[in-house]
Amino acid sequence: MLNPILQVQNVSLSFGGVNALKDISFSAEHKSILAIIGPNGAGKSSLLNVINGVYKPQQGKVIFKDKSWDQVVPFEAARSGIARTFQNIALFKGMSVLENILTGRSLKMRSGLLSSAFYIGPCKREEVAHREAVEHIIDFLQIQHIRKTPVGRLPYGLQKRVELARALAAEPDLLLLDEPMAGMNVEEKEDMSRFVLDVNEEYGTSVILIEHDMGVVMDISDKIVVLDYGKKIGEGTPVQIKNNQKVIDAYLGVTD
Amino acid sequence: MFYREAGQFKASYKEDQAILPISQDRVGLILILIFGFFAIPLFASDYWLTAILIPFLVFSLAALGLNLLTGYAGQLSLGTAAFMAVGAFAAYNFELRVPQMPILISFIMSGITAAAVGIAFGIPSLRIRGFYLAVATLAAQFFIPWLLVKVGWFTNYSSSGVITTQPVTIFGFIFDSPSRRYLLVLSIVVILALVAKNLVRSNLGRAWMAVRDMDVAAEVIGISIVRTKLIAFGVSSFYCGVAGALYAYAYLGSVEPDGFNLDLSFRILFMVIIGGIGSIMGSFLGAAFITLLPIFLDIFINEAAAILGLKLAAGITSVIQLLVFGGLIIFFLIVEPLGLARLWQITKEKLRLWPFPH
Amino acid sequence: MSFFLEVLIGGLLAGIMYSLVALGFVLIYKASGVFNFAQGAMVFFAALTFVGAQEKLGLPIWAAFPFSLALMILLGVLTEKVVLRPLVNQPPISLFMVTIGLTFFVEGLAQLFWGTKVYPLELGIPDEPIVTTFENWGISLAGVPIVLQEINSFDLIAAFVAGILVAILAIFFQITRVGRALRAVADDHQAALSVGIPLKTIWAIVWSVAGFVALIAGLMWGARNGVQFALTFVALKALPVLILGGFDSVLGAIVGGLIIGALEKLAEVYIGPFFGGGIEIWFAYVAALLFLLIRPEGLFGDKQIDRV
Repeated sequence: MLNPILQVQNVSLSFGGVNALKDISFSAEHKSILAIIGPNGAGKSSLLNVINGVYKPQQGKVIFKDKSWDQVVPFEAARSGIARTFQNIALFKGMSVLENILTGRSLKMRSGLLSSAFYIGPCKREEVAHREAVEHIIDFLQIQHIRKTPVGRLPYGLQKRVELARALAAEPDLLLLDEPMAGMNVEEKEDMSRFVLDVNEEYGTSVILIEHDMGVVMDISDKIVVLDYGKKIGEGTPVQIKNNQKVIDAYLGVTD
Repeated sequence: MFYREAGQFKASYKEDQAILPISQDRVGLILILIFGFFAIPLFASDYWLTAILIPFLVFSLAALGLNLLTGYAGQLSLGTAAFMAVGAFAAYNFELRVPQMPILISFIMSGITAAAVGIAFGIPSLRIRGFYLAVATLAAQFFIPWLLVKVGWFTNYSSSGVITTQPVTIFGFIFDSPSRRYLLVLSIVVILALVAKNLVRSNLGRAWMAVRDMDVAAEVIGISIVRTKLIAFGVSSFYCGVAGALYAYAYLGSVEPDGFNLDLSFRILFMVIIGGIGSIMGSFLGAAFITLLPIFLDIFINEAAAILGLKLAAGITSVIQLLVFGGLIIFFLIVEPLGLARLWQITKEKLRLWPFPH
Repeated sequence: MSFFLEVLIGGLLAGIMYSLVALGFVLIYKASGVFNFAQGAMVFFAALTFVGAQEKLGLPIWAAFPFSLALMILLGVLTEKVVLRPLVNQPPISLFMVTIGLTFFVEGLAQLFWGTKVYPLELGIPDEPIVTTFENWGISLAGVPIVLQEINSFDLIAAFVAGILVAILAIFFQITRVGRALRAVADDHQAALSVGIPLKTIWAIVWSVAGFVALIAGLMWGARNGVQFALTFVALKALPVLILGGFDSVLGAIVGGLIIGALEKLAEVYIGPFFGGGIEIWFAYVAALLFLLIRPEGLFGDKQIDRV
């Protein structure tokens, strides 16, 4: 049995006295899909931000692929194999879909300033090779028709898909998805769920996602972590979570 | 009718990634280059070459440098002229102090020196953004010319601070006449424009644009912000440095540090804004526009005054120039923020459909 | 020691003149998020209008002031309406660049109206050194009287005017309804709009106030250096003050101005000679920049938290 791909240990995070996360611990297994759920403001996005180094936790540490860190910058997290999407789409508005996805391969590109300047030899070969890899992802997510469109002109659902494509282009071991289906209609949600499952099965990528749609969460995740007011109030399989009294209280409210 | 891409199919990614995928564009560019390299030196008058074409090319190069930094990497700089000054004085000192120094190597070294200085002044960009950074680059704009004046070594202890450039000789061939100097500048500018185009379509260019559009997302993808920004400052300053060297050697012949002032920096920024932020061709269009505008304005104002029988007040031309420049900047930023390059693009799209409306 | 104090006080007083200009920047930035590079041009426009109205239109000095103020308000309101409103929601850097264009335009406009001559500006403020000793105030240093010779009466009055101006602005923003609304606008445009604050009116008021501040700064600087094109460069003097104090802090503009003024004078006297002088054109920038590397949000600016 492998160690879990990601372990979060006793992480606490606060912003100027406001505790966003309090002593959170959980782990995600290899090739699994883990969902983080909780009411708005529970600290879900903050937790993702801690995992890939956008925020520095005051306490606790993150162990990814048996490597422990308590101070990491996003750039290093990316290099060690974590990719993510954002709650509010963070695409590069001035670039086309193709260029956006190609940025996802930056880490794998090696050509230096001089060979790029004259577009010779290695640089040219590299550009073509990575274009091929990117085209596979484009096929996979069925966005061939918008390849050369500036992302700013795309509808919301497609932008979310392009953002996923950009994250996939890095061929990550761990994919963090922050509300990948927010604001989508049922059909789009089904498509997106399908893509997440396919990524997980075909490439063996571990996925951690934040999602509000309980139907989707229960259907696709192997494990669920529930947050409320920055505290973990539940962890387990979908069935266990469904029957967890604390979770039910948090969602439905308790009458004291 | 003639500008169609119908029937041109691309069979490989290589073809699809070419600089000009449409064959009409390729033919057009070749015609322009033939015109620039052969027709102009034969037929243009010395006035056109020295007063319009050479400065146009030199400013295009500087605007290109600033555009790489501001338009592609999103870092606004108000210190362009200072980096040009570094280039001009670096070339002068390499020629002066290194025996038998080939002038082309001096030009390259002037770019590299400017790049090093540019990277040093780009360090604040790692901590600050936007107009904070713009204000920070003013430090370079004020410090560098001051240093060049104060330290006599840079100007070879010239009492007035003015340096006169050495004659330009390449392989025994002297570039003394206007048409020869023009050809020299044109060759350098064409090569560097091609290099710029290659850079912006490579991984580095995408990293620049990613940092420009959303730096947090860029870092999360694995783009090193530090490296990307500093390279942008370095490459941009290289272009400005070479432009500065050409400004001294091919355009003016003698320069002083105070000539590289804030006004020149602003003029180059205006070229970028009017020509098109984030466009290689825009840099050329903007440089042409800003170089020609004062000349036309001057002629226009004098003609108008003559026809109306008005006597012009002293300095009125420069006042009108201020109004027109300022007004145009405001107009372009509001109406067409992507500048002349965008207008050209729209024309091309129309042309593709012509004579049909859709 | 007394020489040091003299230089220091002279610097602090000069710094207040910088603060006066910096205030105009801060006002606009707080209310509309625009870094108005044209503030210096507005100072120039105001001073030139004030003297031009007297010279060319023959207005008496008491009438020239309201006339200039009216023109400044018109200029401010028009700028907001014509130049900045179409650019709402554009990236701050575009707004910044448009104000560079505005700088040129306003400079041109001022000279188109009033000509390119250099005018003196006489406000009747005495401009002479005050010889005083701290002993008059009962202060001495280890029994040695401290004599200040370089303090200038004009500087003292300018400092006084700046002090009053800041007090008025502080009261205006803290106490009046408009001031409260303005602080709300500065916090969040959308939210302010949704609780019924008339955004357009507020912006018009802010630009008018900025015009007023520019007029005061223009009068003080004009009286000191004469009304000429170089007056637009006082904006360049105010920028390091803003970096140091933070673009969004009135207090920062004041304290930043004092610090920059003092540092500049001290550096000029104590460090300048080693460099052959003339360091004041860049010293403030380098000082502010070094400070910025340590504290990117400035002295009193708000620390930004990136939300993703």
